[in-house]
Amino acid sequence: MSAALHDSEALRGEVWRVAGAVTDPEIPVLSIADLGVLRDVAIVDGRVEVAITPTYSGCPAMNMIALEIELALEKAGIGPVTVKTVLSPAWTTEWMTEDGRRKLREYGIAPPAKGGGRRALFGEDQVACPQCGSTSTAELAPFGSTSCKSLWQCKTCREPFDYFKCH
Amino acid sequence: MAGASITVAETPLVRYLLRRADDALILGHRLSEWCGKAPMMEEEMALANMGLDLIGQARSLYTYAGEVEAAGRDEDAYAYLRDVRGYGNLLLVEQPNGDFAATMVRQLFYSAFIDPYWRALMGSSDATLAAIAAKAEKESAYHVRHSAEWVIRLGDGTPESHRRAQEALDGLWAFTGEMFETDAGERSLIAEGIVPDPEALRAVWLESVAKVVAQAGLTLPQNAWMQKGGRSGEHSEHLGHLLSDLQYMQRAFPGATW
Ligand SMILES: [Zn+2]
Repeated sequence: MSAALHDSEALRGEVWRVAGAVTDPEIPVLSIADLGVLRDVAIVDGRVEVAITPTYSGCPAMNMIALEIELALEKAGIGPVTVKTVLSPAWTTEWMTEDGRRKLREYGIAPPAKGGGRRALFGEDQVACPQCGSTSTAELAPFGSTSCKSLWQCKTCREPFDYFKCH
Repeated sequence: MAGASITVAETPLVRYLLRRADDALILGHRLSEWCGKAPMMEEEMALANMGLDLIGQARSLYTYAGEVEAAGRDEDAYAYLRDVRGYGNLLLVEQPNGDFAATMVRQLFYSAFIDPYWRALMGSSDATLAAIAAKAEKESAYHVRHSAEWVIRLGDGTPESHRRAQEALDGLWAFTGEMFETDAGERSLIAEGIVPDPEALRAVWLESVAKVVAQAGLTLPQNAWMQKGGRSGEHSEHLGHLLSDLQYMQRAFPGATW
Protein backbone atom coordinates (compact mmCIF):
# COMPACT_ATOMS: atom_id res chain seq x y z
CA MET A 1 0.00 0.00 0.00
CA SER A 2 1.48 3.34 -0.98
CA ALA A 3 1.91 6.02 1.61
CA ALA A 4 -0.49 8.31 -0.25
CA LEU A 5 -3.22 5.67 -0.34
CA HIS A 6 -2.66 4.89 3.31
CA ASP A 7 -2.95 8.59 4.13
CA SER A 8 -6.15 8.93 2.20
CA GLU A 9 -7.67 5.95 4.06
CA ALA A 10 -6.69 7.54 7.35
CA LEU A 11 -8.19 10.83 6.21
CA ARG A 12 -11.44 9.13 5.22
CA GLY A 13 -11.68 7.60 8.67
CA GLU A 14 -11.03 10.94 10.30
CA VAL A 15 -13.69 12.64 8.15
CA TRP A 16 -16.23 9.92 9.07
CA ARG A 17 -15.44 10.49 12.74
CA VAL A 18 -15.66 14.30 12.63
CA ALA A 19 -18.57 14.63 10.19
CA GLY A 20 -20.44 11.72 11.78
CA ALA A 21 -20.39 13.50 15.14
CA VAL A 22 -22.42 16.45 13.79
CA THR A 23 -25.82 16.36 15.46
CA ASP A 24 -29.32 16.81 14.13
CA PRO A 25 -30.33 20.38 15.04
CA GLU A 26 -33.86 19.20 15.89
CA ILE A 27 -32.78 16.22 18.00
CA PRO A 28 -29.39 17.26 19.41
CA VAL A 29 -28.72 13.90 21.11
CA LEU A 30 -28.55 12.14 17.74
CA SER A 31 -25.51 12.38 15.51
CA ILE A 32 -25.87 12.07 11.76
CA ALA A 33 -23.97 8.78 12.05
CA ASP A 34 -26.60 7.51 14.54
CA LEU A 35 -29.36 8.58 12.15
CA GLY A 36 -27.81 7.02 9.09
CA VAL A 37 -27.83 10.40 7.34
CA LEU A 38 -24.08 10.30 6.66
CA ARG A 39 -23.78 8.05 3.60
CA ASP A 40 -20.31 8.31 2.15
CA VAL A 41 -16.93 9.97 2.39
CA ALA A 42 -14.63 10.13 -0.62
CA ILE A 43 -11.34 11.86 -1.30
CA VAL A 44 -11.34 13.07 -4.90
CA ASP A 45 -8.20 14.84 -6.16
CA GLY A 46 -7.40 15.98 -2.65
CA ARG A 47 -10.94 17.28 -2.08
CA VAL A 48 -13.09 15.78 0.61
CA GLU A 49 -16.58 14.83 -0.57
CA VAL A 50 -19.17 14.06 2.05
CA ALA A 51 -22.51 12.57 0.98
CA ILE A 52 -25.59 12.96 3.13
CA THR A 53 -29.16 11.90 2.50
CA PRO A 54 -32.29 13.74 3.67
CA THR A 55 -34.53 12.05 6.20
CA TYR A 56 -37.70 13.67 4.85
CA SER A 57 -38.36 15.53 1.58
CA GLY A 58 -39.07 18.73 3.44
CA CYS A 59 -36.56 18.34 6.24
CA PRO A 60 -35.45 21.90 7.01
CA ALA A 61 -32.47 20.58 8.94
CA MET A 62 -30.54 19.43 5.88
CA ASN A 63 -29.02 22.81 4.96
CA MET A 64 -28.05 23.28 8.58
CA ILE A 65 -26.44 19.84 8.75
CA ALA A 66 -24.42 20.48 5.59
CA LEU A 67 -23.16 23.74 7.05
CA GLU A 68 -22.31 22.10 10.38
CA ILE A 69 -20.29 19.42 8.57
CA GLU A 70 -18.25 22.04 6.74
CA LEU A 71 -17.64 23.93 9.96
CA ALA A 72 -16.67 20.82 11.93
CA LEU A 73 -14.22 19.67 9.27
CA GLU A 74 -12.72 23.12 8.92
CA LYS A 75 -12.24 23.24 12.68
CA ALA A 76 -10.45 19.88 12.48
CA GLY A 77 -8.17 21.33 9.80
CA ILE A 78 -9.67 19.22 7.03
CA GLY A 79 -10.49 20.70 3.66
CA PRO A 80 -11.43 21.69 1.07
CA VAL A 81 -14.83 20.05 1.55
CA THR A 82 -17.90 19.51 -0.62
CA VAL A 83 -21.10 18.29 0.97
CA LYS A 84 -23.51 16.76 -1.49
CA THR A 85 -27.00 15.37 -1.05
CA VAL A 86 -27.80 11.94 -2.42
CA LEU A 87 -31.38 10.73 -2.75
CA SER A 88 -30.86 7.08 -3.57
CA PRO A 89 -31.31 4.79 -1.76
CA ALA A 90 -34.01 6.62 0.17
CA TRP A 91 -33.40 7.04 3.89
CA THR A 92 -35.40 4.87 6.23
CA THR A 93 -35.73 4.79 10.01
CA GLU A 94 -34.34 1.24 9.74
CA TRP A 95 -30.91 2.82 9.32
CA MET A 96 -30.97 4.33 12.77
CA THR A 97 -28.31 2.58 14.88
CA GLU A 98 -29.07 0.72 18.11
CA ASP A 99 -27.02 3.33 19.90
CA GLY A 100 -29.11 6.06 18.28
CA ARG A 101 -32.33 4.36 19.35
CA ARG A 102 -31.10 4.12 22.92
CA LYS A 103 -30.09 7.81 22.96
CA LEU A 104 -33.48 8.76 21.57
CA ARG A 105 -35.28 6.83 24.31
CA GLU A 106 -33.11 8.40 27.02
CA TYR A 107 -33.91 11.81 25.56
CA GLY A 108 -37.63 11.09 26.00
CA ILE A 109 -38.54 10.25 22.41
CA ALA A 110 -39.87 6.79 21.59
CA PRO A 111 -37.71 5.32 18.78
CA PRO A 112 -39.36 4.18 15.52
CA ALA A 113 -40.88 0.70 15.50
CA LYS A 114 -38.57 -1.83 13.90
CA GLY A 115 -39.58 -4.12 11.11
CA GLY A 116 -39.57 -1.93 8.01
CA GLY A 117 -42.01 -2.20 5.20
CA ARG A 118 -45.15 -0.26 4.63
CA ARG A 119 -47.13 -1.96 7.36
CA ALA A 120 -44.72 -0.69 9.99
CA LEU A 121 -45.74 2.85 8.99
CA PHE A 122 -49.09 2.26 10.56
CA GLY A 123 -48.23 -0.41 13.11
CA GLU A 124 -47.60 1.94 16.00
CA ASP A 125 -50.05 0.41 18.43
CA GLN A 126 -47.11 -1.00 20.41
CA VAL A 127 -45.21 2.20 21.11
CA ALA A 128 -43.54 1.93 24.52
CA CYS A 129 -43.43 4.98 26.78
CA PRO A 130 -39.83 6.25 26.89
CA GLN A 131 -40.33 7.32 30.52
CA CYS A 132 -41.71 4.17 32.18
CA GLY A 133 -41.64 1.54 29.44
CA SER A 134 -45.39 0.91 29.55
CA THR A 135 -46.95 -0.11 26.23
CA SER A 136 -50.33 1.21 27.36
CA THR A 137 -50.05 4.36 25.25
CA ALA A 138 -52.23 6.30 22.84
CA GLU A 139 -51.62 8.69 19.97
CA LEU A 140 -52.75 12.25 20.69
CA ALA A 141 -51.84 13.77 17.33
CA PRO A 142 -50.43 12.13 14.20
CA PHE A 143 -48.27 15.15 13.36
CA GLY A 144 -46.01 16.48 16.08
CA SER A 145 -43.52 19.27 16.73
CA THR A 146 -41.45 18.30 13.68
CA SER A 147 -42.31 16.32 10.57
CA CYS A 148 -40.58 13.20 11.88
CA LYS A 149 -42.61 12.95 15.09
CA SER A 150 -46.12 12.31 16.34
CA LEU A 151 -47.45 13.13 19.79
CA TRP A 152 -48.37 10.36 22.23
CA GLN A 153 -49.40 9.96 25.83
CA CYS A 154 -48.65 7.18 28.30
CA LYS A 155 -51.74 5.85 30.08
CA THR A 156 -49.62 4.45 32.91
CA CYS A 157 -47.47 7.41 33.94
CA ARG A 158 -49.66 10.01 32.16
CA GLU A 159 -46.64 11.69 30.55
CA PRO A 160 -47.01 12.95 26.99
CA PHE A 161 -44.12 12.04 24.70
CA ASP A 162 -42.91 12.30 21.12
CA TYR A 163 -42.72 9.23 18.90
CA PHE A 164 -40.22 9.17 16.05
CA LYS A 165 -42.44 7.95 13.20
CA CYS A 166 -41.50 5.11 10.88
CA HIS A 167 -40.36 6.14 7.46
CA MET B 1 -32.45 39.95 -15.42
CA ALA B 2 -33.78 38.35 -12.27
CA GLY B 3 -37.41 38.96 -11.48
CA ALA B 4 -38.59 38.75 -15.07
CA SER B 5 -40.50 35.64 -16.06
CA ILE B 6 -38.60 32.73 -17.50
CA THR B 7 -39.51 30.51 -20.40
CA VAL B 8 -38.55 26.90 -19.88
CA ALA B 9 -37.29 24.76 -22.74
CA GLU B 10 -39.67 21.91 -22.10
CA THR B 11 -38.74 18.42 -23.10
CA PRO B 12 -41.30 15.77 -22.11
CA LEU B 13 -39.32 14.93 -18.96
CA VAL B 14 -38.85 18.57 -17.89
CA ARG B 15 -42.55 19.26 -18.47
CA TYR B 16 -43.46 16.16 -16.52
CA LEU B 17 -41.22 17.10 -13.58
CA LEU B 18 -42.55 20.65 -13.46
CA ARG B 19 -46.18 19.51 -13.51
CA ARG B 20 -45.68 17.09 -10.63
CA ALA B 21 -43.61 19.63 -8.73
CA ASP B 22 -46.29 22.28 -9.33
CA ASP B 23 -48.95 19.95 -7.88
CA ALA B 24 -46.92 19.52 -4.72
CA LEU B 25 -45.91 23.18 -4.40
CA ILE B 26 -49.38 24.62 -4.94
CA LEU B 27 -51.07 22.16 -2.58
CA GLY B 28 -48.30 22.71 -0.03
CA HIS B 29 -48.84 26.46 -0.32
CA ARG B 30 -52.58 26.03 0.14
CA LEU B 31 -52.00 24.04 3.33
CA SER B 32 -49.60 26.70 4.59
CA GLU B 33 -52.44 29.23 4.30
CA TRP B 34 -54.03 27.46 7.27
CA CYS B 35 -51.18 28.59 9.52
CA GLY B 36 -52.67 30.41 12.47
CA LYS B 37 -56.24 29.57 11.41
CA ALA B 38 -56.58 25.83 11.90
CA PRO B 39 -59.52 24.64 13.99
CA MET B 40 -57.26 23.30 16.74
CA MET B 41 -53.62 23.14 17.75
CA GLU B 42 -53.07 19.55 16.58
CA GLU B 43 -54.49 20.42 13.15
CA GLU B 44 -52.32 23.52 12.98
CA MET B 45 -49.32 21.22 13.24
CA ALA B 46 -50.72 18.51 10.98
CA LEU B 47 -51.53 20.93 8.14
CA ALA B 48 -48.15 22.65 8.40
CA ASN B 49 -46.37 19.30 8.47
CA MET B 50 -48.20 18.00 5.43
CA GLY B 51 -47.52 21.28 3.64
CA LEU B 52 -43.84 20.94 4.47
CA ASP B 53 -43.77 17.39 3.07
CA LEU B 54 -45.34 18.62 -0.16
CA ILE B 55 -43.02 21.60 -0.54
CA GLY B 56 -40.08 19.26 0.11
CA GLN B 57 -41.28 16.96 -2.67
CA ALA B 58 -41.65 19.97 -4.96
CA ARG B 59 -38.08 21.06 -4.17
CA SER B 60 -36.67 17.65 -5.12
CA LEU B 61 -38.61 17.62 -8.38
CA TYR B 62 -37.72 21.22 -9.33
CA THR B 63 -34.07 20.60 -8.53
CA TYR B 64 -34.09 17.55 -10.77
CA ALA B 65 -35.88 19.51 -13.50
CA GLY B 66 -33.02 22.01 -13.28
CA GLU B 67 -30.49 19.24 -13.83
CA VAL B 68 -32.41 17.82 -16.77
CA GLU B 69 -33.06 21.18 -18.42
CA ALA B 70 -29.39 22.07 -17.88
CA ALA B 71 -30.02 25.78 -18.31
CA GLY B 72 -28.56 26.68 -14.93
CA ARG B 73 -31.90 27.09 -13.18
CA ASP B 74 -32.53 26.10 -9.61
CA GLU B 75 -35.72 25.24 -7.73
CA ASP B 76 -36.40 28.90 -6.94
CA ALA B 77 -36.32 29.94 -10.58
CA TYR B 78 -39.11 27.51 -11.43
CA ALA B 79 -41.20 28.35 -8.39
CA TYR B 80 -40.85 32.12 -8.40
CA LEU B 81 -40.27 33.15 -11.99
CA ARG B 82 -42.87 31.33 -14.03
CA ASP B 83 -46.20 32.94 -14.89
CA VAL B 84 -49.59 31.38 -14.33
CA ARG B 85 -49.64 29.98 -17.86
CA GLY B 86 -46.31 28.28 -17.25
CA TYR B 87 -47.70 26.34 -14.29
CA GLY B 88 -48.96 22.85 -15.07
CA ASN B 89 -50.53 21.83 -11.78
CA LEU B 90 -53.90 20.15 -11.45
CA LEU B 91 -56.87 22.47 -11.04
CA LEU B 92 -57.75 20.45 -7.95
CA VAL B 93 -54.77 21.61 -5.91
CA GLU B 94 -55.24 25.32 -6.64
CA GLN B 95 -58.84 25.32 -5.40
CA PRO B 96 -59.19 27.62 -2.39
CA ASN B 97 -59.10 26.06 1.07
CA GLY B 98 -62.76 26.79 1.68
CA ASP B 99 -63.80 25.34 5.01
CA PHE B 100 -61.95 22.57 6.81
CA ALA B 101 -64.10 19.92 5.10
CA ALA B 102 -63.15 21.20 1.65
CA THR B 103 -59.47 21.18 2.58
CA MET B 104 -59.68 17.60 3.83
CA VAL B 105 -61.68 16.33 0.84
CA ARG B 106 -59.23 17.99 -1.55
CA GLN B 107 -56.40 16.34 0.39
CA LEU B 108 -58.06 12.95 0.27
CA PHE B 109 -58.71 13.16 -3.48
CA TYR B 110 -55.09 14.08 -4.16
CA SER B 111 -53.39 11.85 -1.59
CA ALA B 112 -55.41 8.75 -2.49
CA PHE B 113 -54.12 9.21 -6.03
CA ILE B 114 -50.54 10.30 -5.44
CA ASP B 115 -49.81 7.65 -2.81
CA PRO B 116 -50.14 4.65 -5.16
CA TYR B 117 -48.68 6.84 -7.92
CA TRP B 118 -45.41 7.39 -6.00
CA ARG B 119 -45.31 3.70 -5.24
CA ALA B 120 -45.58 2.91 -8.94
CA LEU B 121 -42.94 5.54 -9.75
CA MET B 122 -40.49 3.76 -7.44
CA GLY B 123 -40.13 1.24 -10.26
CA SER B 124 -38.98 3.95 -12.67
CA SER B 125 -35.99 3.25 -14.88
CA ASP B 126 -34.83 6.75 -13.87
CA ALA B 127 -32.91 6.32 -10.59
CA THR B 128 -33.46 9.91 -9.40
CA LEU B 129 -37.21 9.75 -9.98
CA ALA B 130 -37.37 6.39 -8.22
CA ALA B 131 -35.51 7.84 -5.23
CA ILE B 132 -37.74 10.93 -5.00
CA ALA B 133 -40.78 8.66 -5.17
CA ALA B 134 -39.45 6.32 -2.48
CA LYS B 135 -39.26 9.23 -0.06
CA ALA B 136 -42.53 10.86 -1.05
CA GLU B 137 -44.44 7.59 -0.81
CA LYS B 138 -43.87 7.32 2.93
CA GLU B 139 -45.08 10.89 3.40
CA SER B 140 -48.18 10.56 1.25
CA ALA B 141 -49.19 7.42 3.16
CA TYR B 142 -49.59 9.58 6.28
CA HIS B 143 -51.54 12.18 4.30
CA VAL B 144 -54.03 9.59 3.06
CA ARG B 145 -54.59 8.30 6.55
CA HIS B 146 -55.00 11.75 8.08
CA SER B 147 -57.38 13.14 5.48
CA ALA B 148 -59.41 9.90 5.41
CA GLU B 149 -59.84 10.01 9.17
CA TRP B 150 -61.11 13.56 8.97
CA VAL B 151 -63.51 12.95 6.10
CA ILE B 152 -64.99 10.03 8.06
CA ARG B 153 -65.20 12.09 11.24
CA LEU B 154 -66.88 15.00 9.47
CA GLY B 155 -69.25 12.85 7.41
CA ASP B 156 -70.16 10.79 10.43
CA GLY B 157 -70.34 13.83 12.72
CA THR B 158 -73.03 16.46 13.17
CA PRO B 159 -75.63 17.28 10.51
CA GLU B 160 -73.65 20.48 9.85
CA SER B 161 -70.30 18.74 9.39
CA HIS B 162 -72.00 16.08 7.27
CA ARG B 163 -73.58 18.70 5.03
CA ARG B 164 -70.27 20.52 4.59
CA ALA B 165 -68.35 17.32 3.82
CA GLN B 166 -70.92 16.34 1.20
CA GLU B 167 -70.78 19.82 -0.34
CA ALA B 168 -66.99 19.56 -0.53
CA LEU B 169 -67.21 16.15 -2.24
CA ASP B 170 -69.75 17.43 -4.75
CA GLY B 171 -67.89 20.67 -5.37
CA LEU B 172 -64.44 19.17 -5.91
CA TRP B 173 -65.44 15.99 -7.75
CA ALA B 174 -65.23 17.57 -11.21
CA PHE B 175 -61.54 18.32 -10.63
CA THR B 176 -60.54 14.69 -10.07
CA GLY B 177 -60.60 13.52 -13.70
CA GLU B 178 -57.54 15.57 -14.57
CA MET B 179 -55.34 13.38 -12.35
CA PHE B 180 -55.59 10.54 -14.86
CA GLU B 181 -54.90 12.63 -17.93
CA THR B 182 -51.75 12.32 -20.01
CA ASP B 183 -50.51 14.06 -23.15
CA ALA B 184 -48.32 12.70 -25.95
CA GLY B 185 -45.12 13.69 -24.14
CA GLU B 186 -46.06 11.90 -20.95
CA ARG B 187 -47.21 8.87 -22.91
CA SER B 188 -43.76 8.64 -24.46
CA LEU B 189 -42.27 8.60 -20.95
CA ILE B 190 -44.76 5.90 -19.96
CA ALA B 191 -43.80 3.82 -23.00
CA GLU B 192 -40.14 4.11 -22.02
CA GLY B 193 -40.83 2.88 -18.47
CA ILE B 194 -39.76 6.19 -16.94
CA VAL B 195 -43.14 7.05 -15.39
CA PRO B 196 -46.27 5.02 -14.62
CA ASP B 197 -49.57 5.44 -16.43
CA PRO B 198 -51.94 7.32 -14.09
CA GLU B 199 -54.93 5.78 -15.86
CA ALA B 200 -53.86 2.40 -14.48
CA LEU B 201 -54.40 3.79 -10.97
CA ARG B 202 -57.94 5.01 -11.51
CA ALA B 203 -59.57 1.87 -10.11
CA VAL B 204 -57.32 1.84 -7.03
CA TRP B 205 -58.02 5.52 -6.41
CA LEU B 206 -61.76 5.13 -6.81
CA GLU B 207 -61.81 2.15 -4.52
CA SER B 208 -59.98 3.90 -1.69
CA VAL B 209 -62.04 7.09 -2.01
CA ALA B 210 -65.30 5.15 -2.21
CA LYS B 211 -64.38 3.17 0.90
CA VAL B 212 -63.79 6.35 2.92
CA VAL B 213 -66.92 8.02 1.57
CA ALA B 214 -69.03 4.97 2.46
CA GLN B 215 -67.54 4.78 5.95
CA ALA B 216 -68.28 8.48 6.38
CA GLY B 217 -71.92 7.92 5.46
CA LEU B 218 -71.51 10.29 2.52
CA THR B 219 -72.54 9.85 -1.09
CA LEU B 220 -70.00 9.47 -3.88
CA PRO B 221 -70.79 12.01 -6.62
CA GLN B 222 -71.90 10.44 -9.87
CA ASN B 223 -71.42 13.25 -12.37
CA ALA B 224 -69.07 12.22 -15.14
CA TRP B 225 -68.24 15.66 -16.50
CA MET B 226 -64.72 16.68 -15.61
CA GLN B 227 -63.03 20.06 -15.54
CA LYS B 228 -59.64 20.15 -17.27
CA GLY B 229 -56.96 22.63 -18.31
CA GLY B 230 -54.45 22.85 -15.47
CA ARG B 231 -51.91 20.61 -17.14
CA SER B 232 -51.81 22.87 -20.19
CA GLY B 233 -51.66 26.11 -18.20
CA GLU B 234 -55.34 27.03 -18.36
CA HIS B 235 -56.05 27.79 -14.74
CA SER B 236 -58.87 29.13 -12.65
CA GLU B 237 -58.45 32.69 -11.40
CA HIS B 238 -57.41 31.27 -8.03
CA LEU B 239 -53.91 30.34 -9.15
CA GLY B 240 -53.05 33.90 -10.18
CA HIS B 241 -53.94 35.17 -6.72
CA LEU B 242 -51.98 32.38 -5.08
CA LEU B 243 -48.88 33.09 -7.20
CA SER B 244 -49.03 36.82 -6.56
CA ASP B 245 -48.68 35.93 -2.90
CA LEU B 246 -46.10 33.15 -3.35
CA GLN B 247 -43.94 35.08 -5.84
CA TYR B 248 -44.30 38.57 -4.42
CA MET B 249 -40.84 38.95 -2.89
CA GLN B 250 -38.89 37.74 -5.93
CA ARG B 251 -41.01 39.82 -8.29
CA ALA B 252 -40.80 42.99 -6.22
CA PHE B 253 -37.17 42.56 -5.23
CA PRO B 254 -35.53 40.50 -7.97
CA GLY B 255 -32.77 38.27 -6.71
CA ALA B 256 -33.41 39.13 -3.07
CA THR B 257 -31.69 36.78 -0.63
CA TRP B 258 -31.45 36.60 3.14
ZN1 LIG C 1 -45.10 6.05 30.90
